[in-house]
Amino acid sequence: MEELIIEGSPKTPTIKFNPSTGHLLVSGRSIPENSIEFYKPLIDILEAYNENSQANTKVDIQLEYFNTSSSKCILDVFKKLEAINAGSSEVIINWFYEEDDEDMLEAGEDYQAIINVPFKMIEVEE
Amino acid sequence: MDSIHDFYEKMESGNIMLSFKGEVTSNLLTSVLQIMETKMENLSEPPKIKKKVYNILVECLQNLYHHMDEDDPDTIVNEKSALFMIKKSDEGEYSIMTGNYIGVENAEIMKSRLDKINEMDRDQLKTYYKEVLNNGEMSAKGGGGLGMIDIARKSGKKLEYNFDPIDDKVSFFSLNIKIAQ
Repeated sequence: MEELIIEGSPKTPTIKFNPSTGHLLVSGRSIPENSIEFYKPLIDILEAYNENSQANTKVDIQLEYFNTSSSKCILDVFKKLEAINAGSSEVIINWFYEEDDEDMLEAGEDYQAIINVPFKMIEVEE
Repeated sequence: MDSIHDFYEKMESGNIMLSFKGEVTSNLLTSVLQIMETKMENLSEPPKIKKKVYNILVECLQNLYHHMDEDDPDTIVNEKSALFMIKKSDEGEYSIMTGNYIGVENAEIMKSRLDKINEMDRDQLKTYYKEVLNNGEMSAKGGGGLGMIDIARKSGKKLEYNFDPIDDKVSFFSLNIKIAQ
Protein backbone atom coordinates (compact mmCIF):
# COMPACT_ATOMS: atom_id res chain seq x y z
CA MET A 1 0.00 0.00 0.00
CA GLU A 2 1.24 3.41 -0.90
CA GLU A 3 1.42 6.34 1.46
CA LEU A 4 -1.46 8.81 1.25
CA ILE A 5 -0.38 12.44 1.13
CA ILE A 6 -2.81 15.32 0.66
CA GLU A 7 -1.29 18.78 0.85
CA GLY A 8 -3.20 21.37 2.87
CA SER A 9 -5.06 24.36 1.46
CA PRO A 10 -6.74 27.39 3.12
CA LYS A 11 -9.89 25.29 3.62
CA THR A 12 -8.56 21.73 3.87
CA PRO A 13 -6.01 20.05 6.14
CA THR A 14 -2.78 18.27 5.36
CA ILE A 15 -3.33 14.53 5.54
CA LYS A 16 -0.52 11.99 5.71
CA PHE A 17 -1.05 8.30 6.24
CA ASN A 18 1.77 5.82 6.04
CA PRO A 19 0.44 2.24 6.07
CA SER A 20 3.90 0.78 6.68
CA THR A 21 4.40 2.72 9.92
CA GLY A 22 0.74 3.02 10.91
CA HIS A 23 1.00 6.76 11.40
CA LEU A 24 -1.82 9.14 10.46
CA LEU A 25 -1.50 12.91 10.64
CA VAL A 26 -4.33 15.39 10.06
CA SER A 27 -3.26 18.98 10.57
CA GLY A 28 -4.44 22.48 9.70
CA ARG A 29 -7.95 23.66 8.89
CA SER A 30 -10.88 21.64 7.78
CA ILE A 31 -13.59 24.02 6.62
CA PRO A 32 -14.55 22.93 3.07
CA GLU A 33 -18.16 23.51 1.97
CA ASN A 34 -18.36 19.88 0.91
CA SER A 35 -16.22 17.62 3.02
CA ILE A 36 -17.45 14.15 2.02
CA GLU A 37 -15.46 14.12 -1.20
CA PHE A 38 -12.37 15.45 0.54
CA TYR A 39 -12.28 12.74 3.22
CA LYS A 40 -13.11 9.84 0.89
CA PRO A 41 -9.49 8.88 0.03
CA LEU A 42 -8.63 8.70 3.74
CA ILE A 43 -11.70 6.60 4.57
CA ASP A 44 -10.84 4.26 1.67
CA ILE A 45 -7.20 3.78 2.63
CA LEU A 46 -8.11 3.11 6.29
CA GLU A 47 -10.58 0.50 5.15
CA ALA A 48 -7.87 -1.23 3.09
CA TYR A 49 -5.31 -0.83 5.90
CA ASN A 50 -7.56 -2.73 8.30
CA GLU A 51 -6.94 -5.87 6.20
CA ASN A 52 -3.22 -5.67 6.90
CA SER A 53 -2.58 -3.28 9.79
CA GLN A 54 0.55 -2.66 11.88
CA ALA A 55 0.71 -3.74 15.53
CA ASN A 56 0.35 -0.09 16.54
CA THR A 57 -1.48 2.73 14.82
CA LYS A 58 -0.77 6.27 15.95
CA VAL A 59 -3.10 9.08 15.01
CA ASP A 60 -2.26 12.78 15.44
CA ILE A 61 -5.15 15.21 14.99
CA GLN A 62 -3.82 18.77 14.99
CA LEU A 63 -6.74 20.84 13.77
CA GLU A 64 -6.88 24.58 14.18
CA TYR A 65 -10.48 24.87 12.95
CA PHE A 66 -13.07 22.48 11.64
CA ASN A 67 -16.62 23.07 10.47
CA THR A 68 -19.69 20.93 11.14
CA SER A 69 -19.55 19.57 7.60
CA SER A 70 -16.13 18.09 8.49
CA SER A 71 -17.20 16.90 11.93
CA LYS A 72 -19.28 14.05 10.52
CA CYS A 73 -16.44 13.00 8.21
CA ILE A 74 -13.98 13.07 11.10
CA LEU A 75 -16.39 10.83 13.01
CA ASP A 76 -16.40 8.45 10.02
CA VAL A 77 -12.58 8.40 10.09
CA PHE A 78 -12.68 7.61 13.82
CA LYS A 79 -15.22 4.84 13.22
CA LYS A 80 -12.76 3.24 10.78
CA LEU A 81 -10.06 3.57 13.45
CA GLU A 82 -12.42 1.97 15.95
CA ALA A 83 -12.77 -1.02 13.61
CA ILE A 84 -8.96 -1.17 13.22
CA ASN A 85 -8.57 -1.04 17.00
CA ALA A 86 -11.10 -3.86 17.39
CA GLY A 87 -9.03 -5.83 14.86
CA SER A 88 -5.33 -6.58 15.05
CA SER A 89 -3.87 -3.11 15.73
CA GLU A 90 -3.68 -1.02 18.86
CA VAL A 91 -4.84 2.48 18.03
CA ILE A 92 -4.15 5.67 19.93
CA ILE A 93 -5.68 9.02 18.94
CA ASN A 94 -3.73 12.10 20.04
CA TRP A 95 -6.05 15.11 19.98
CA PHE A 96 -4.06 18.36 20.00
CA TYR A 97 -5.60 21.65 21.11
CA GLU A 98 -4.11 25.07 21.74
CA GLU A 99 -4.15 26.32 25.31
CA ASP A 100 -7.31 28.34 26.04
CA ASP A 101 -9.12 26.71 23.12
CA GLU A 102 -11.85 25.12 25.21
CA ASP A 103 -14.06 24.59 22.16
CA MET A 104 -11.41 22.39 20.53
CA LEU A 105 -10.82 20.44 23.74
CA GLU A 106 -14.55 19.93 24.13
CA ALA A 107 -14.82 18.77 20.51
CA GLY A 108 -12.17 16.13 21.24
CA GLU A 109 -14.03 15.02 24.34
CA ASP A 110 -17.24 14.69 22.31
CA TYR A 111 -15.49 12.22 19.99
CA GLN A 112 -13.88 10.45 22.91
CA ALA A 113 -17.37 9.86 24.37
CA ILE A 114 -18.63 8.33 21.12
CA ILE A 115 -15.62 6.34 19.87
CA ASN A 116 -14.21 3.30 21.60
CA VAL A 117 -10.52 4.05 21.02
CA PRO A 118 -8.04 5.48 23.59
CA PHE A 119 -7.76 9.26 23.23
CA LYS A 120 -5.04 11.47 24.59
CA MET A 121 -5.77 15.20 24.92
CA ILE A 122 -2.57 17.16 24.33
CA GLU A 123 -2.38 20.87 25.08
CA VAL A 124 0.05 22.89 22.99
CA GLU A 125 1.22 26.47 23.28
CA GLU A 126 -0.11 28.96 20.77
CA MET B 1 -25.58 61.75 -3.34
CA ASP B 2 -26.83 62.14 0.23
CA SER B 3 -27.81 58.52 0.46
CA ILE B 4 -24.25 57.24 0.11
CA HIS B 5 -23.24 59.38 3.04
CA ASP B 6 -26.25 58.05 4.97
CA PHE B 7 -25.11 54.53 4.21
CA TYR B 8 -21.61 55.33 5.40
CA GLU B 9 -22.86 56.94 8.59
CA LYS B 10 -25.16 54.02 9.35
CA MET B 11 -22.35 51.54 8.93
CA GLU B 12 -19.92 53.70 10.87
CA SER B 13 -22.25 54.33 13.83
CA GLY B 14 -23.43 50.71 13.71
CA ASN B 15 -19.82 49.51 14.06
CA ILE B 16 -20.09 47.38 10.95
CA MET B 17 -16.72 45.75 10.21
CA LEU B 18 -17.81 44.09 7.01
CA SER B 19 -21.01 43.73 5.06
CA PHE B 20 -22.04 42.02 1.87
CA LYS B 21 -25.19 41.58 -0.16
CA GLY B 22 -25.31 39.31 -3.14
CA GLU B 23 -24.55 35.80 -4.25
CA VAL B 24 -22.58 33.76 -1.72
CA THR B 25 -19.97 31.66 -3.51
CA SER B 26 -17.17 29.43 -2.27
CA ASN B 27 -14.52 31.93 -3.40
CA LEU B 28 -16.33 34.76 -1.64
CA LEU B 29 -16.28 32.79 1.61
CA THR B 30 -12.55 32.16 1.27
CA SER B 31 -11.92 35.89 0.81
CA VAL B 32 -14.26 37.05 3.59
CA LEU B 33 -12.72 34.61 6.06
CA GLN B 34 -9.24 35.85 5.16
CA ILE B 35 -10.29 39.49 5.53
CA MET B 36 -11.91 38.88 8.91
CA GLU B 37 -8.91 36.95 10.14
CA THR B 38 -6.59 39.82 9.20
CA LYS B 39 -8.91 42.40 10.77
CA MET B 40 -9.04 40.50 14.05
CA GLU B 41 -5.28 40.09 14.03
CA ASN B 42 -4.86 43.84 13.51
CA LEU B 43 -7.21 44.46 16.44
CA SER B 44 -5.01 42.11 18.54
CA GLU B 45 -8.04 40.08 19.62
CA PRO B 46 -7.30 37.36 22.16
CA PRO B 47 -6.89 34.00 20.38
CA LYS B 48 -9.93 32.65 22.18
CA ILE B 49 -12.27 35.34 20.78
CA LYS B 50 -10.64 35.17 17.36
CA LYS B 51 -11.25 31.45 17.12
CA LYS B 52 -14.83 31.67 18.36
CA VAL B 53 -15.75 34.42 15.90
CA TYR B 54 -14.00 32.63 13.04
CA ASN B 55 -15.70 29.30 13.77
CA ILE B 56 -19.16 30.82 14.08
CA LEU B 57 -18.59 32.92 10.96
CA VAL B 58 -17.68 29.79 8.98
CA GLU B 59 -20.93 28.09 10.04
CA CYS B 60 -23.11 31.16 9.40
CA LEU B 61 -21.65 31.79 5.95
CA GLN B 62 -21.75 28.15 4.94
CA ASN B 63 -25.41 28.03 6.00
CA LEU B 64 -26.05 30.82 3.50
CA TYR B 65 -23.94 29.08 0.87
CA HIS B 66 -25.77 25.76 1.25
CA HIS B 67 -29.13 27.46 1.38
CA MET B 68 -28.45 28.99 -2.03
CA ASP B 69 -27.39 25.64 -3.28
CA GLU B 70 -30.82 24.27 -2.49
CA ASP B 71 -33.27 23.76 -5.26
CA ASP B 72 -36.22 25.37 -3.60
CA PRO B 73 -38.67 26.56 -6.28
CA ASP B 74 -40.40 28.95 -3.86
CA THR B 75 -37.29 30.99 -3.33
CA ILE B 76 -35.70 30.52 -6.72
CA VAL B 77 -36.20 34.17 -7.68
CA ASN B 78 -34.40 35.51 -4.64
CA GLU B 79 -32.26 32.58 -3.62
CA LYS B 80 -29.13 33.90 -5.28
CA SER B 81 -28.99 36.86 -2.97
CA ALA B 82 -28.27 37.03 0.73
CA LEU B 83 -26.98 39.54 3.23
CA PHE B 84 -24.42 39.27 5.97
CA MET B 85 -22.82 41.77 8.33
CA ILE B 86 -20.18 41.50 10.99
CA LYS B 87 -20.27 43.99 13.80
CA LYS B 88 -18.14 44.75 16.82
CA SER B 89 -19.89 46.89 19.42
CA ASP B 90 -18.20 49.62 21.47
CA GLU B 91 -18.15 47.14 24.35
CA GLY B 92 -16.22 44.72 22.15
CA GLU B 93 -19.01 42.21 21.57
CA TYR B 94 -19.04 40.62 18.14
CA SER B 95 -22.27 39.86 16.28
CA ILE B 96 -22.82 38.12 12.99
CA MET B 97 -26.05 38.96 11.18
CA THR B 98 -27.40 37.11 8.18
CA GLY B 99 -30.51 37.51 6.06
CA ASN B 100 -31.93 35.40 3.28
CA TYR B 101 -35.20 34.43 1.63
CA ILE B 102 -36.67 31.09 2.59
CA GLY B 103 -39.77 29.15 1.51
CA VAL B 104 -42.58 29.31 4.11
CA GLU B 105 -42.48 25.55 4.73
CA ASN B 106 -38.74 25.58 5.34
CA ALA B 107 -39.26 28.63 7.54
CA GLU B 108 -41.57 26.62 9.80
CA ILE B 109 -39.04 23.80 10.06
CA MET B 110 -36.22 26.25 10.75
CA LYS B 111 -38.25 28.09 13.39
CA SER B 112 -39.02 24.93 15.34
CA ARG B 113 -35.36 23.88 15.16
CA LEU B 114 -34.20 27.26 16.46
CA ASP B 115 -36.82 27.22 19.26
CA LYS B 116 -35.72 23.73 20.28
CA ILE B 117 -32.07 24.83 20.42
CA ASN B 118 -32.90 28.03 22.32
CA GLU B 119 -34.67 26.05 25.06
CA MET B 120 -31.50 24.07 25.80
CA ASP B 121 -28.79 24.90 28.31
CA ARG B 122 -25.08 24.26 27.74
CA ASP B 123 -25.11 20.61 28.80
CA GLN B 124 -28.27 19.82 26.86
CA LEU B 125 -26.72 21.35 23.74
CA LYS B 126 -23.63 19.17 24.19
CA THR B 127 -25.75 16.03 24.48
CA TYR B 128 -27.92 17.04 21.52
CA TYR B 129 -24.84 17.79 19.39
CA LYS B 130 -23.35 14.36 20.09
CA GLU B 131 -26.69 12.70 19.35
CA VAL B 132 -27.07 14.43 15.97
CA LEU B 133 -23.37 13.89 15.17
CA ASN B 134 -23.56 10.19 15.87
CA ASN B 135 -27.05 9.31 14.67
CA GLY B 136 -28.11 12.09 12.34
CA GLU B 137 -28.30 11.51 8.63
CA MET B 138 -25.62 13.36 6.76
CA SER B 139 -27.00 15.43 3.91
CA ALA B 140 -25.30 15.28 0.53
CA LYS B 141 -23.60 18.55 1.40
CA GLY B 142 -22.35 17.20 4.66
CA GLY B 143 -24.14 19.53 7.06
CA GLY B 144 -26.81 17.36 8.54
CA GLY B 145 -28.31 19.85 11.00
CA LEU B 146 -25.25 20.36 13.19
CA GLY B 147 -24.55 23.95 12.17
CA MET B 148 -27.10 25.76 14.33
CA ILE B 149 -26.37 23.57 17.36
CA ASP B 150 -22.67 24.31 16.97
CA ILE B 151 -23.33 28.05 16.62
CA ALA B 152 -25.45 28.03 19.79
CA ARG B 153 -22.79 26.08 21.72
CA LYS B 154 -19.89 28.24 20.67
CA SER B 155 -21.65 31.62 20.91
CA GLY B 156 -22.90 30.92 24.42
CA LYS B 157 -26.01 33.01 23.66
CA LYS B 158 -29.55 32.42 22.46
CA LEU B 159 -30.01 32.57 18.70
CA GLU B 160 -31.97 35.72 17.84
CA TYR B 161 -34.08 35.31 14.74
CA ASN B 162 -37.00 36.70 12.82
CA PHE B 163 -39.11 35.63 9.87
CA ASP B 164 -40.70 38.48 7.90
CA PRO B 165 -43.53 37.22 5.71
CA ILE B 166 -43.13 38.46 2.14
CA ASP B 167 -46.05 36.66 0.48
CA ASP B 168 -47.80 33.29 0.87
CA LYS B 169 -44.73 31.43 -0.38
CA VAL B 170 -41.68 33.26 0.87
CA SER B 171 -40.36 34.74 4.12
CA PHE B 172 -37.21 36.68 4.87
CA PHE B 173 -35.14 34.93 7.51
CA SER B 174 -32.96 37.12 9.74
CA LEU B 175 -30.48 35.70 12.17
CA ASN B 176 -28.44 37.65 14.70
CA ILE B 177 -25.70 35.75 16.46
CA LYS B 178 -24.12 37.49 19.42
CA ILE B 179 -20.89 36.04 20.69
CA ALA B 180 -20.34 35.92 24.45
CA GLN B 181 -16.97 37.28 25.52
